[in-house]
Amino acid sequence: MSEHSQQCQQLLGSLSDYIDGELQAELCAELEQHIQDCDNCRIVVNTLRKTIELYQQSNPPAELSGDVRERLFFKLHLEDFLK
Amino acid sequence: MLDSISLEEIKAGDREAFARLVDDTSGHIYRVALQILGDAQDAEDVLQETYLKAFNSLADFEGRSSLSTWLYRIAINEALMLVRKRKPQSISVDEGLADDDPNGEGMEIVNWCCLPEGELLSSEARRFLDQAIQNLPDSLRVVFVMRDLEGLSIQETSQALGLSESNVKTRLLRARLNLRQEVSVYFGGKMQEESRR
Repeated sequence: MSEHSQQCQQLLGSLSDYIDGELQAELCAELEQHIQDCDNCRIVVNTLRKTIELYQQSNPPAELSGDVRERLFFKLHLEDFLK
Repeated sequence: MLDSISLEEIKAGDREAFARLVDDTSGHIYRVALQILGDAQDAEDVLQETYLKAFNSLADFEGRSSLSTWLYRIAINEALMLVRKRKPQSISVDEGLADDDPNGEGMEIVNWCCLPEGELLSSEARRFLDQAIQNLPDSLRVVFVMRDLEGLSIQETSQALGLSESNVKTRLLRARLNLRQEVSVYFGGKMQEESRR
């Protein structure tokens, strides 16, 4: 295995920590240098970030519709607190 | 969530405090159940069962995790029980995983980030995203939902799922790479369609 592809493997294993900003500074600097030189890894990093972003943007709001909330409150005998 | 909730009041049987707890957390619990199950009626059943169980076992809650993490844990267990009833062959959240493509060979390398936002978030693309997340193994989907959609930390996710932090990290990476691959194939196809026109 070439040194270049070893670095690609290393990036793959550290990818979550890297995009979450939780990678050790030294390793982070190494990977950023590698990403500058490696088109494929740069695309993987960017498309991974974008994939997560798209899921977060399309995530429905954390709110119950009125009828789901009402049925829940009745089920829990909390109907006195329905407003 | 839960800034205004007193655990002591809830444990003492204060129904108004419990109603506030339900109002502050139920949207998140319902959304998690919906993402795991992909069905609104099943998600509502899990929602109701979660709070019934929580109410009946409040005395046992020792506060080793936050109240919201505890509720997430109850909801996830309920949702996964329902999944197992529907698909007895599906694996549980604490079982091992096949090592799918550990070397990253066969990864889709297409730079689709430049597509316009309108195309990335079109109704067709959203349906694809929903389907791709439902196609993930349950053991990966729950980790992705808790960490990336609900925004829990690795530690909170591990508490909610009863997994070690290293296990959560491994599953999170696989879930993310799996979704990136599916989404890249999808948008790569869209880019090819565009270029043929």
